[in-house]
Formats: sequence, structure tokens, C-alpha cells
Amino acid sequence: MSDMDMEDDGSGVVKKFMFLNRKAPHGTVYALEGLEVVLITAAFDQDVSLVFTDDGVYQLMKGIDTKGIEVKDFSKTYRALEGYDIEKLYVDRASMDARGLTEDDLIVDVTVMSDDEMKNLMAEQDVVISF
Amino acid sequence: MPMVNIAGKEVEVDEEGYLVDLSQWNEDIAKYMAVEEKVDLTENHWEVVNFLREYYAEYQIAPAVRVLTKAIGKKLGPEKGNNKYLYELFPYGPAKQACKIAGLPKPTGCI
Repeated sequence: MSDMDMEDDGSGVVKKFMFLNRKAPHGTVYALEGLEVVLITAAFDQDVSLVFTDDGVYQLMKGIDTKGIEVKDFSKTYRALEGYDIEKLYVDRASMDARGLTEDDLIVDVTVMSDDEMKNLMAEQDVVISF
Repeated sequence: MPMVNIAGKEVEVDEEGYLVDLSQWNEDIAKYMAVEEKVDLTENHWEVVNFLREYYAEYQIAPAVRVLTKAIGKKLGPEKGNNKYLYELFPYGPAKQACKIAGLPKPTGCI
């Protein structure tokens, strides 16, 4: 894949990447594809933050059962992120509140952030990619 | 996608020879894949293969090699959780070859 290109034009450069997840886990490919991009980015030793907002917070819900819709349940994969040294997971407080969710409903440890905190975090990034 | 006959059973593999349906996996398939990869399966190989299957069951992905190495180190000790040991067992890439033998898809981001 593009491994060679990356090494040629930026070996050792670490950028701050934020991946913004805004959609429900199933029904579109965004969540799964976004997760794959995150895992690939981790292989290049970048500074990765993951944000879950709007319906994206559903991606992290405990107890997802996809048998009825016959697709893979990739929610367990979020628990593997720690092993990929991706430990900066943030969720938007307003999105959680609007859906009646608390941190206890999520399968991974996250930092809950207000709009203002999120805005600041976003401003610090080199790259923001939205899924 | 291509079909191969392994120990009298038709199984589907992708264009790179990875098993398509994980649930079909058994030891015969592992042995067949190992022959394809020119790997002589020993107890040490099985330990890694079984570890990968457990990892997949828990996280639903095949780990990148760096992640595999670290996770093996944690579970089986530092003398096994290092590149030298794993590449000796699987010379063409522990993640790639061991995943194939374990019936897992190719690791995400594996080049």
C-alpha cells in the first residue's frame, strides 16, 4: 500500500490526527471504515485522538448485538485500540445527554467533554478527518 | 473466489489464500495453510496460532505485528514477545503468516 510513499516524504514526522465519528455504527460503512483508517494510522506512529459525537456515540455502546442484521459486530475492536497505543478517546457530553447515555453504557474508558473543551482540542490538531 | 479442497472439505479462500469463513477453521485447514506458507508447525507455532484465534475472538480483528508482539510478550513472556522469536517461527511476517494459518483475515494495515 502507501507505506513507501509515507516514508519518503515524512519519515519521523508526527502529526496530531483527530478522527471525528458522527454516525451510528451500522446502516452505513462510515464507522467501520473510520475504525480501519484509525488502525492504519496507528501503524505510522501518529498522535491519534478519537472523538465520538452525535449518533457516533452509539458506536461505543455496550451490548451491541448484530445477529439480526447479519453484519459483523466490530464494537469489540474499540477495546483493542489500547494495544495500538490509541488512548485518547473523547465523547461529546451533549450527544451523550441527548441519548440518555452515560460513561457506564460504553465499552471503553473515555473522557467526556463539553463543547468548549472539544473546540479547543480540535483547534490543536494538524488533521481532522470526519466519518 | 477460489475454492480449495482440504481434507475432503471444500473451503473458500480469498485471492491471497486467506480463509473466507472463519467458522470453517479446523486443524486440517491450519496444516494445509502451513504447507502453503512452507512453515513446519511445531508446538511454538501452535502457541502463536492459538493466541491469534483468542485475540480475534476477543477483539474481532487480526492484530498488526507490533501489537501482536506486545500482546504475546504480556501473555507468554518477553522471550517470546519479540520480533526475533516471532520471525524465526514465521519468516515472512508473523502477523501475515500466522493469521493465515489461524484462519483469520489479513491484518488491517498489513502491507
